[in-house]
Amino acid sequence: MEIILISLLAFMIIGAIIAIETYDLLSSVISLGAIGFALCIVFLFLGAPDIAIVQLIVEILSLVVLLKLILKREDKDDTVNYNNFSIFSVIFFTGIFITLAYFFLKEIHKFGNIFQTFNKGEIYSYYISNALEKIKAPNIVSAIILDFRGYDTLGEATVIFTAILGGLVLLRKIGRKKDETK
Amino acid sequence: MKQNNSGMTIIVKTIAKLVIYFISVFAFYITLTGHLTPGGGFAGGAIFAAGLTLLLLAFGKDILLKKFNYSKLNIADSLGALAFVIIGFCGFFFASAFLNNFFFKGKVFHIFSSGQILYLNIAIFVKVAACLFSILLLLSMFRILSENKTSKEKEK
Repeated sequence: MEIILISLLAFMIIGAIIAIETYDLLSSVISLGAIGFALCIVFLFLGAPDIAIVQLIVEILSLVVLLKLILKREDKDDTVNYNNFSIFSVIFFTGIFITLAYFFLKEIHKFGNIFQTFNKGEIYSYYISNALEKIKAPNIVSAIILDFRGYDTLGEATVIFTAILGGLVLLRKIGRKKDETK
Repeated sequence: MKQNNSGMTIIVKTIAKLVIYFISVFAFYITLTGHLTPGGGFAGGAIFAAGLTLLLLAFGKDILLKKFNYSKLNIADSLGALAFVIIGFCGFFFASAFLNNFFFKGKVFHIFSSGQILYLNIAIFVKVAACLFSILLLLSMFRILSENKTSKEKEK
């Protein structure tokens, strides 16, 4: 089980390195798609089919958009010149992340072991024991995101609404026509 | 039916005509049983938008732009968001707090159970389907305009 997960994660990291380092945009987009589908399989192994469905569909949609954009263009990826500041900032923030992750990841429960360390005082034990009785929803994830944590879903809907407003403003017809007349 | 040259070949068009019904039914199923099985409004809406994207790729933009324009998609988008907030305010006025689950809760494993979750899933379905598909339509329209622009520049 863990061997499969580790090999999938290694595959994703190799795909990410290929997507960054390759010069051809088409192979970069294809390796990006491979990362997404590997992530979908990882979610299935972790027991999260809700997120696996959404990940699969959104990956397909974004792959279609990127391919439609890439196939019509012929320009290639520019090489990035690394200067001292970018190298320093990468090392600095990676160091901060590793130091903080060392302290915080010790507090997380051991992998696949959540029911053995079932603590009555913590909030997820309330969700797990009360979702079926009070909400009458067998899908506990749905009960959490739409009942216990309804505000979160409202915020998520607001994010999508704002994204489409931004897209409309950037890609609207009137602005394009004004730009062409210049 | 009138033949037109936009889009892909007739094989793809025939298969897309058949498959779009199954994709729509699967999207509705995922949405309506979101509180019983894995899935929900976001997954169902994304599947529906992916089916519409299949139509967009197979038949070309012009046929779809006759049936869906941005104003209709915007109205559907806003209606989904409005329905979510109205359900939330129902909890505020008839019960104690915003998004309070006061609806009829029924029996476990029934369709009409678990209160507001089913109705919120339907609202999110309308919202996400309209939203993702309008983003794709916007990007395809952007491509047409930029192509016109480059062809005009070439003529100059």
